[in-house]
Amino acid sequence: MSFWELIVSLLGQGLVITLLTTVLAAILALVLGFIGGLMRLSKNKFIRFIVAIYVEVFRGTSLLVQLFWIYFVLPMFGLRMSALTAAVLAIGLNYGAYTSEVVRSGIQSVDEGQTEASIALNFTRVQRMRRIIIPQAFIMMLPNLGNQLIELFKSTSLVALITLTDLTYQANVLNATTLQTTQIFTALLVIYFVIAWPMTKGMKMLERKMTEGRM
Amino acid sequence: MWDWNYAFEVLPDIASALWVTISATLVGFVLALVVGLIWTLLIRSNNKIISNVADGIVKFIRNTPLLVQLYFIFYVFPQFGLSLEPFTAGVIGLGLHYSTYLSEVYRSGIESVGPGQWEVATALNFDTRKTWTRIILPQAIPPVLPVIGNYFITMFKETPLLSAITLVEILQTAQNIGASTFRYTEPLTIVGVLFLLLSYPASVALRQLEIRVTERY
Repeated sequence: MSFWELIVSLLGQGLVITLLTTVLAAILALVLGFIGGLMRLSKNKFIRFIVAIYVEVFRGTSLLVQLFWIYFVLPMFGLRMSALTAAVLAIGLNYGAYTSEVVRSGIQSVDEGQTEASIALNFTRVQRMRRIIIPQAFIMMLPNLGNQLIELFKSTSLVALITLTDLTYQANVLNATTLQTTQIFTALLVIYFVIAWPMTKGMKMLERKMTEGRM
Repeated sequence: MWDWNYAFEVLPDIASALWVTISATLVGFVLALVVGLIWTLLIRSNNKIISNVADGIVKFIRNTPLLVQLYFIFYVFPQFGLSLEPFTAGVIGLGLHYSTYLSEVYRSGIESVGPGQWEVATALNFDTRKTWTRIILPQAIPPVLPVIGNYFITMFKETPLLSAITLVEILQTAQNIGASTFRYTEPLTIVGVLFLLLSYPASVALRQLEIRVTERY
């Protein structure tokens, strides 16, 4: 096969799974990150403790180990799931832990005066968070969230190791059948780069757009 | 569900593979430290071509997955007559990948050194080498030490990827044990716990360092 045929073949077979895993895991990570980040700022010691355990466990162990654990160990306890579910769960939980720290520090970086002002204006706690604090904190979080999205996208290549048929998995299959090792892995690197690079640029642009006239 | 006897039986095997994990991390980290600095200096070069090429390579490495880079080094290099041991290939992949991150860290450290320092070096008639080793780097590196330490811990946690290129480190050892006994629960859990036991204290120590550094600078 020529280099272009290889690229087309790889894209046709693995791109959807790679992108699907990225999007689903990113949504899960963002949701978990916001829940975790807000809980970390709770007045209740117990809630803070629970989140701290979650964050330290998922940040302190390796993503690949978590992926294997969810895919190979959980079935022993009767929790059998598809490779895609395991992949989304592992990556989502792992990046959710990192995101919760981003959310926490973003919210903490909003000036105290904003909280005081919203109390003075008789906003409820929910209103204060939703209308005043989070919109400002979110802008501060954007650069970090953008970086994490790229890291998350790259980390989806690990799912090939639990037999999910993403780009990396298909490259290995193609390598075994055609033995065009050099072209296949070069094509694979190029494909990842061509997706990740515009993502990096896009996040930078979004950042600029959001901060326009604000900072 | 969980068999303590079995867990204690497999623990020594897994723990002994920890040396492979730790030495891969250490060698990879030293490589990343050195190569990262080279990237930074090349990107700062006055020669536009050198600077752009280095910048392009760094961007490419940063925007592609480490796992695919490992496959590339391990499976493609032999096509050109360069067959590497799994350990060597793994360490090169790990070191090269993280050198691009460290180069960014060095850059931010160097940019935080005031322009006056460069002027002073010129005024004192320091040559380029002396300017870097005596004036710029001693001021640029200490403030970014916590970030560099963070990347060390991150690299440590990335070493299980080396099992994909057949290096028998701690995850691969656990996998092998699991494959022969059909019991994955204990071996994989032990690997997770070992990672946590090593990386958590390290990150706590790093936070202390960060506090001390922010007090000083």
